[in-house]
Amino acid sequence: MSDTIIDVRNVSKWYGAFRVLTDVNLTVQKGERIVICGPSGSGKSTLIRCFNRLEAHQQGDIVVNGIILHDKMREVGAVRKNVGMVFQHFNLFPHMTVLMNCMVGPMWIKGVSQAEARKTALQFLERVRIPEQANKYPVQLSGGQQQRVAIARSLCMQPAVMLFDEPTSALDPEMVSEVLETMTSLAREGMTMVCVTHEMAFARAVADRVIFMNAGQIVEQGKPEEFFKNPQHERTKLFLSQILKH
Amino acid sequence: MLYPDTVESDVLVHKPWFITGLFAVVFAVFLAFDLTGTSLGDLMRPVIGDPAESGVYGRFAITFVIAVTLCLNIVLIGFAPLKVQVAVVWSELLLLFLAFFTTFNLSLPFMAEKLPFLITQGLFTTIYVSAISIVIASAIAILGAVAKLSTNGFAYAIASFYTSFFRGLPLLMQVYLIYLGLPQIGFVIDAVPAGILALSLCYGAYMTEIFRSGIQSIDRGQWEASRSIGFGFGVTMRKIILPQALPVIIPPTGNQFISMLKDSSLVSVIGVWELMFLARTLGQKSFQHMEMLISAAMLYWIVSIGLELIQSRIERHYARSKVR
Ligand SMILES: Nc1ncnc2c1ncn2[C@@H]1O[C@H](COP(=O)(O)OP(=O)(O)OP(=O)(O)O)[C@@H](O)[C@H]1O
Ligand SMILES: [Mg+2]
Repeated sequence: MSDTIIDVRNVSKWYGAFRVLTDVNLTVQKGERIVICGPSGSGKSTLIRCFNRLEAHQQGDIVVNGIILHDKMREVGAVRKNVGMVFQHFNLFPHMTVLMNCMVGPMWIKGVSQAEARKTALQFLERVRIPEQANKYPVQLSGGQQQRVAIARSLCMQPAVMLFDEPTSALDPEMVSEVLETMTSLAREGMTMVCVTHEMAFARAVADRVIFMNAGQIVEQGKPEEFFKNPQHERTKLFLSQILKH
Repeated sequence: MLYPDTVESDVLVHKPWFITGLFAVVFAVFLAFDLTGTSLGDLMRPVIGDPAESGVYGRFAITFVIAVTLCLNIVLIGFAPLKVQVAVVWSELLLLFLAFFTTFNLSLPFMAEKLPFLITQGLFTTIYVSAISIVIASAIAILGAVAKLSTNGFAYAIASFYTSFFRGLPLLMQVYLIYLGLPQIGFVIDAVPAGILALSLCYGAYMTEIFRSGIQSIDRGQWEASRSIGFGFGVTMRKIILPQALPVIIPPTGNQFISMLKDSSLVSVIGVWELMFLARTLGQKSFQHMEMLISAAMLYWIVSIGLELIQSRIERHYARSKVR
C-alpha cells in the first residue's frame, strides 16, 4: 500500500444549486500534519466531513486508506473506524461516563473485550491527562476537558488519520491551550492529522502544510514559514492580515 | 426541576396578605352555601344550638370555623419539611374523599365479598390485556417512528397513514371494526385478542408520535459522532439515540400507559370480562352499583399509582447523567 492516506481528486459538491466545493485536489501522506484555514463559509468543514463521508460529494473521487468513497459503498464503516473526528462542539455521548465514551467504539466495532477496552481507554485518557475524570459524566467536565475526552475517544479506535473541525473555537481562551497542547503532542508522536483551525501559532508550530480555502476552492497551500511570510494571493493576504491583527 | 433561586424567600403561606386573602376567599365561598343542614351543623350544635333555628348566626359560625381550620391547617403545614408536607396533604385529601364516600352509605360487607372475584378475574384481565398491549404498542411505536423519520417514501406513507387512521378514529370504533370487521374477510378473532389488537394499534399510533418527537429532539451532532466512530444505524439507534431520547419519551409514555389501563375498559363492549365489565354486572344483580363502581375505581387508581411509581423510578435512573 502506498503512503497516501487521503486522496482527493477534482471533488465538487453542491447544496442544491449552491456549489460548496469546486474542483478540490488534495493528498495527505501518512504522518503529515495539515492545517486548513479560510474565511467562514468557505467550505472547510464540508471538505473534511467528506473525508469520512458524513457528507457526500457529487463529483470527483475521494480515496481514503485505499477505499473509494461513493454512495453505494458497504464498507463505509471500514473507512470510518480508521478515521477519527473531533468536532467543534465535542459531541460526547452525554448518557455515558467518560470512560464508557472511550470504550464503546472498540467494544462494539472491533469486538474488543470489556477489560481490554477499559485498559485502552484509561491509557488514552492518561495521554490527554484526565484519567481522574474517567467516571464522571460529560456535563460535569469543563469544555477543555470535554474536548480532550473527545480526542481520547477517537484515539481509542487507533485511527490512521485524525480530523479536527475547529476543535478550539467553542472554548474559553484559557482552555484553548490545554487542547492545543494535546494536539501538539499527538503531532509530535507522528499522528496523521488534518485540522481546520484558526490557531495560527499552532499551524506554525506543527503543520507540515497550510491550506487556504476560499469560496469552496483551495486558493493556496505551502509550508507554514512561506505561507505566513509571503502569501501569494490577495485573498490570503487579506485573510491573514485580519486574523493576525488580534 | 424548576431550579429554585438560591435566595431564601419567605414561605408564601406565611405571608399576611396571603393568609388574609385566602381566609376572605374561603369565607366568602362557604358563606354562599347554607351548611346548617349538614353534619357540620350537627357538630356545631353546642355553639349554635339547634342548627335548623340558628339562622344567619349559625351559618356565619360554621363558615367561620371552616375558614379558620383551613387557614390554620395551611399555615401549620407551611412549617413542616417538604416530605412531611407531601405526606400530610396527601392524607388529608384522602380523608376528604373517604368522608365523601361514606355519605353514600356503602355496604362494606358486599364490597368485601365481591372484591376477590373483582381482582382475580376483572383486574387480572385488565392488567394482562393492558400489559400485552403496551409491549406491542411500544414495538409498533419504535418502528413507526423510524419509518416516519426515514427518507423511504414507502415506509413514510405507511407509517403516516397508520398514525393518521388510528389516531383519527374513536377507540370504540376500532374495537368494533376489528372484532366485527375482521370476520367479514374470513378472519375470525376472539374477543381478548381483538381487544389487545385494537388497544395496541391505537396506542401504537399515539406513541409513534411520542417516539418520533423524542428521537428528533436529539442533536444532530450525536448522530455524526456515532457515525464518525463507525457505528451503523442499528447501534447508533439502540445505544446512542434511543437512550438519550428515553428521558424525553418516558413522561408522555407513562401518560399513555395509565390512559391505556383505563381505556382497556372499552373492550368490555365485546364481552371481555375485565374490571369495568365485572363491576357493572356484579353491581347490577343486587342494585349495588355504587359499591362495585367505587371498588373498581379504587383498583384502577391503585394500579395507576403503581405505574406512576415505576415511571418516577425510571426517570430518576435517567437523571444520573444530568447532575452536575
Ligand atoms: N446542510 C447545508 N445546506 C445548505 N448549505 C450548507 C449546508 N451546510 C453548509 N452549507 C453552506 O456551505 C458553505 C460552507 O459551509 P462550511 O460549514 O463548510 O463552512 P466553513 O468553512 O466550515 O465555515 P466556518 O468557519 O463558519 O465553520 C456555507 O456557505 C454554508 O452556508
Ligand atoms: Mg466549519
